[in-house]
Amino acid sequence: MKTGAHRNHPHYWAFVLHRVSGLLLALFLPVHFYVLGLAIEGAATLDGFLDWSSTPLAKLGETALVILLAAHLTGGLRLMALEFLGTRESSKTAVAVATGIAICTGMAFALNGT
Amino acid sequence: MPGAQIETKLWVWQRLSAAVLGVCVFVHLGMIIYAVQGGLNAAEIITRVSGNFLWFVFYAVFILAVAVHAPIGVRTILNEMTPLSPKATHLVMAVLCLVILVMGFRAVIGLYQAGAGL
Repeated sequence: MKTGAHRNHPHYWAFVLHRVSGLLLALFLPVHFYVLGLAIEGAATLDGFLDWSSTPLAKLGETALVILLAAHLTGGLRLMALEFLGTRESSKTAVAVATGIAICTGMAFALNGT
Repeated sequence: MPGAQIETKLWVWQRLSAAVLGVCVFVHLGMIIYAVQGGLNAAEIITRVSGNFLWFVFYAVFILAVAVHAPIGVRTILNEMTPLSPKATHLVMAVLCLVILVMGFRAVIGLYQAGAGL
């Protein structure tokens, strides 16, 4: 078997996406809670941050985060279906559907927020 | 407790928390997409969640599930992909769990009570 041949498979990339999205979301969580906690200091402090977050670069980052969250959700559902329901035959389709839903969710966020 | 037993328990806890998170993240994503229409502002966020016991319970459950799920996932990644010892990865898991609980509940309680300041 050629070295790295396992990478040429949708399941490998689904695994990578689930890992990377999970790790990035775990790193983002404290930042998210910190920002929400700004409300304790008053609406003006939170508004200051929200103004910054409406810049195009921040919006792009937010859209990426929404896609990561949706990808982790759909990837996790696919994983649990594999583990508990044994839906192995159609799992390539599940990878495609999970990725598609995640991208659509990100687009819905991006289009709604502009 | 033997290592294999710990791994099994953590696996079960991660799947149980994932099942709860499945519902929480779905609602959260729906709320995000709904809330960003016309831009976000602090007053709008505070008005929606402050003093609303149902939202408070929802986000409290959300944080508890995340505080179980994320640290176990990070520990698994560290165990499989770094040379860190199992003791060290266990410590990282415990610290991350504590950070999520403290920061998460600080934010949720703060938002629940913030309406009084508006």
